[in-house]
Amino acid sequence: MRPSTLTATSEVIRPPAVQLWITIQSGLREIWAHKFRSLLTMSGIILGVGSLVAMSALVAGMEKGAKEALVAIGGLEKVRVEAQELPIEQRHLSDEAVGITINDVYALRESAPLVTRISPEMRLPATFSANGKRYRPWNCVGVWPVALEMNEHVVEYGRMLNMMDDEMARSVCVIGTATRDELWGSPEKTGHEINPVGEIVFINGVPFTVIGMFQYYESESDRKARELAKTQAAQQPTGGVSRNRGHGRGRGGGAFAFKNRTVYLPLNTVWMKFRSGATYAAINAAGGGTPAGATGDPRLSGLELKIASVDLLPEALQQVRNVLMSTHKGIEDFTFRTQEDWADQIKTFVHNARLSGGLIAGISLLVGGIGIMNIMFASISERVREIGIRKSVGAATLDIFIQILVEALVVAILGGLAGLGFSFILVYGINNVSPTDNAPIVTVLALSVAFGFSVLVGILAGIFPAIKAAKLNPIQALRYE
Amino acid sequence: MSLVELRNVSKIYRLGDEEIRALDDVTLDIEEGEFISIIGPSGSGKSTLMHILGCLDSPSHGTIRLDGTMIERASSRELAAIRNRKIGFVFQFFNLLPKLSVVQNVELPMIYSGISSQERRARAMTALETVGMANRAKHRPSQLSGGQQQRAAIARALVNRPRIIFADEPTGNLDSHTGDAILQLFRTLSHEGRTIVLVTHDPEIAAVTPRRIEIRDGKIAVKVDLTLAGLDRLAKTGPSSLAAAPSGASA
Repeated sequence: MRPSTLTATSEVIRPPAVQLWITIQSGLREIWAHKFRSLLTMSGIILGVGSLVAMSALVAGMEKGAKEALVAIGGLEKVRVEAQELPIEQRHLSDEAVGITINDVYALRESAPLVTRISPEMRLPATFSANGKRYRPWNCVGVWPVALEMNEHVVEYGRMLNMMDDEMARSVCVIGTATRDELWGSPEKTGHEINPVGEIVFINGVPFTVIGMFQYYESESDRKARELAKTQAAQQPTGGVSRNRGHGRGRGGGAFAFKNRTVYLPLNTVWMKFRSGATYAAINAAGGGTPAGATGDPRLSGLELKIASVDLLPEALQQVRNVLMSTHKGIEDFTFRTQEDWADQIKTFVHNARLSGGLIAGISLLVGGIGIMNIMFASISERVREIGIRKSVGAATLDIFIQILVEALVVAILGGLAGLGFSFILVYGINNVSPTDNAPIVTVLALSVAFGFSVLVGILAGIFPAIKAAKLNPIQALRYE
Repeated sequence: MSLVELRNVSKIYRLGDEEIRALDDVTLDIEEGEFISIIGPSGSGKSTLMHILGCLDSPSHGTIRLDGTMIERASSRELAAIRNRKIGFVFQFFNLLPKLSVVQNVELPMIYSGISSQERRARAMTALETVGMANRAKHRPSQLSGGQQQRAAIARALVNRPRIIFADEPTGNLDSHTGDAILQLFRTLSHEGRTIVLVTHDPEIAAVTPRRIEIRDGKIAVKVDLTLAGLDRLAKTGPSSLAAAPSGASA
């Protein structure tokens, strides 16, 4: 009875891997059978996913705020020309360096067609006094009227400086709301909006007339929050202590705070009243803005340029550089500060915040994964007999592997979904406990990435227990007590 | 060609330097439709023999052919498929999955053969009817008596229409009355033409089978083969007569 036809193993039909749905059901049954344990296991994933999404939301909020601020100060097309120490090979020429002057403005106007707008600035360290109070605004500068468009200012009351103010070197100023708030009182304190136009303010002891005030600048989220607070206050007229921190102070992005602290004076006024001993006309007569014949310092503290288009920025900078190199006799005593630098800084900051936050959230997800792995090892130790039974009725190694892997995955996916829900609570909580300048933004991308990571962690956490379970010897597994 | 052909099968375990021959040069044929018991004291190698016959373990030496398939050459995946389709197991401790209902337990082997859920349910119910457990289909194993659990386990062993059923001490955990009922069930199944291998240490239980093989120290020590007529005679006189004549007529 020894037939020559050998192995008939090929007749054995290989069963397809067990239907997925049955496996998932079995995973859910395991989770349900150990509710508390499963919840504890999931909590790692829930916290990980939650913190990942919350972190990303906070960073996204900051990024949006920073970009808003970037637009508020003039956008990417704006370039500042500032004085800079000479490069080492030109140090010996420092006596001949003239700095940035009005002459440069005229030269650029003639010879740099890619520059659409030029705004000279002469900074004045100033103390303002009026109404018995003193105040030092951060940004008191002498400018031409073009500064209004250059820095996207909007006049709320009165008017902006005009060319006549500059020509005649009038003692007038346009102030930001911060100066008004400090000297005459903010709307929050006094309960009504004060229009300072027409008031006299002493700048370094010299009387000036306020001819205009800019509107109050704030980020979009601040404005929304303030309007919300206002409507809520209107709905609850019982009053009580106002919790509004007052605009212009407290909350407020740096860029917006800086903008509110701006004071514009006519450029000529600053020059003649504070910086030089000579008249403008005398300097012009002496030869076009060079310091000959004038005492004091006629230099500008900087120029602001508007470029025709961001795409043309390198070409425009080259034009400006060529012109300035010629007017500065080849002495490189200036530098460009583009908003691109700032945009890059925003990018770097966002990148770093993402990286560090992502790292922490990633670690907590990893810990969650280790928790799942741990519990899966415990679970298969408890179920050695079950695995033996399944193998004895015909479960292949692969079937057991898939079963354990799917169980780990089900835990991770449920944890991930719960984590997505938790992230909204977390974001809401963070925003309430510690309000930031910028409301967090929960993005779909962050949600899907976090969920994807939880699935990945589930797979990784399931692989090793699944291999261990699949390798179990059915005989020993059946004997196991 | 026999259903099972065992040729010079040995199983050797190593414990340190010591070599343990759990099975020593066993040759055995089992024909289709036979009702056979493997008997032996604990440690005799009968469990090892059953594991090798049941494709749970592979021999160190020798060849096995089950239903024309060379077992010792099969991969673990093929062995799983053979266990699934050609073999049914009944264990001493029933080995039902406690979290599943009776009918889900019976469906378990069919899950691994990829049978549709409707057919699974229908076939599981038929198998439960065969063992008289259809009215307990929705119960959990923990809600059943030992005998009922063993009936459910037998239904599970039957459900994939295996070529051979192995029962390892199926009455070992039951009282004698329930145990007799289970043995009666096996006899009925045998009369229906199924091939059944009963593994036990108890000669009284082995007495229900027409053919008995006694294992001692890994070798086949005694073979008893009674015809159906002889079995009937034995049933009339009672199994105690077997003990008087342990080495009866051999085949």
